[in-house]
Amino acid sequence: MKLYEIAHSRTGDKGNISNLSLIPYDEKDFEMLKEKVTAEKVKEHFKGMVKGEVVRYELPDICCLNYVMQAALGGGVTRSLSVDMHGKGFSSYLLEMEI
Amino acid sequence: MRTIRIGSGAGYAGDRLEPSLELIEKGNLDYISYECLAERTIAIGQEAKLKDPKKGYNGLLEYRMEKALPLCWEHKVKLITNMGSANPEAAAEKCVEIAKKHGLTGMKIACVTGDDILPIIGKYDEVEVWENHKPLRELDGKVVSANAYMGVEGIIKALKAGADVVITGRVADPAIFMAPAIFEFGWDLEDWDKLGKGTAMGHLLECGGQATGGYFMEPGKKDIPDPAHLGFPIAEISEDGSLVITKVEGSGGMVTRDTLKEQICYEIHDPENYITPDVVANFKHIQFTQEGKDRVRVTGATGKPKTATFKCSIGYKDCFIGDGEISYGGEGCLERAKLALEIIKERLELVAPGAFDEMKYDIIGCNSLYWNPDNQLPSAPSEVRVRVAGRAKTKAIADLVPNEVEALYTNGPAGGCGAVKRTRDIVSVASILINRNDVKPEIAVYTV
Repeated sequence: MKLYEIAHSRTGDKGNISNLSLIPYDEKDFEMLKEKVTAEKVKEHFKGMVKGEVVRYELPDICCLNYVMQAALGGGVTRSLSVDMHGKGFSSYLLEMEI
Repeated sequence: MRTIRIGSGAGYAGDRLEPSLELIEKGNLDYISYECLAERTIAIGQEAKLKDPKKGYNGLLEYRMEKALPLCWEHKVKLITNMGSANPEAAAEKCVEIAKKHGLTGMKIACVTGDDILPIIGKYDEVEVWENHKPLRELDGKVVSANAYMGVEGIIKALKAGADVVITGRVADPAIFMAPAIFEFGWDLEDWDKLGKGTAMGHLLECGGQATGGYFMEPGKKDIPDPAHLGFPIAEISEDGSLVITKVEGSGGMVTRDTLKEQICYEIHDPENYITPDVVANFKHIQFTQEGKDRVRVTGATGKPKTATFKCSIGYKDCFIGDGEISYGGEGCLERAKLALEIIKERLELVAPGAFDEMKYDIIGCNSLYWNPDNQLPSAPSEVRVRVAGRAKTKAIADLVPNEVEALYTNGPAGGCGAVKRTRDIVSVASILINRNDVKPEIAVYTV
């Protein structure tokens, strides 16, 4: 199953750092997501794209996960060579992950 | 207990205008705030100001204010915006001119300055730049701007002076939404809990339609009503910091726990330590309760003492980026696109060996957004678009990239079509921390 089936996401950018939320449609899936979608798994998923470390934070009362990815935006939004300088499309890519 | 209503008039520099006019007319608002500054907007504005001292503010200021100022005056709504960008004084003067033209006699328009610290930036030569972890003095390019992210202080000064309209340069995004609550309720600037709640409000409002289902929508999974008439969010905030997010009845979009979940996580890192100039906000245990249709109560945000530093964005002349695109369609298009990229690589090595700092070779439709090396390219796409981008220190070198892409028209592979090319003069942003005592917010007030 792809994450897309059970969760949604939004990407944010600050300088060369990208952050990704991961939000289950059904809050009952939160614990399962916590277990399966580790920071390491996200780092591997973004191999070749994200050069720095990935740290995961939690907002437990609203069942949201937040992944902060360092060195993720080709040197920063203002100088990236990518079509998607902000990495806004990363959220859709996270949801491609098979769990 | 008193409650005020604050509307979000814009979520970025070029945002739609009508949702904000709908808010002023039908939102029963006390304040409307327009957030219009991205990271490098001021750097670009600073260059415009150097060419013409009356420019350097948001390019849509006149367009927006022509409509918004008369409506705000009629409906007794105060307007706050960072559309002043690199030149808040000139922006305020332009607003005075517009207000006079519309006969808004008595309207008070204030500008907030003090964010521009370019004259003293030299003292921070040894400070580490966040983006590349090197000292500022090693920045490879001429510095054109340096602006601190100020907090609420200047805006509050302006409101105390009776301003109906407040135009700022760089301030932290949440500040333009939180300042009215602090001013109206007389919150102490060290009441960290209330400032944490006010920051949550600002954070939920600062991206306009991102809170009301706009950027949220996904057909079949996250459908929203009437997306073309998307309404922008309203905060109802009370003296004790209690907060409801809503929108104008009958406008498109929706306010739900899910739309707010996406927005509260947007561009935060550690939710326990969301650092702003006014407070270190803590959203870790934020809670959303759906109280009715398009009404969500927000609880649980809090705050900790502010830091001794301000974030400062430094704009510098970084490089030139040249990029070109050309499409291929039909049977074999992916193979032709791959061949096109091979040809470009070889051509650039021939005409300018080793001249580029960095290159990116994409096949749009296959790997331009996601380039994990393990990904398989689709086997038989019906069309693809080749894109090549290169970074160089001079325009002449950068131009070679789009020129080579365009030259595929006649030089092949077959069926190349729809070529476009451009070269951009890139002003980039470097971020550092500075001592907050180096920044003194000041105001000027003009009466129409």
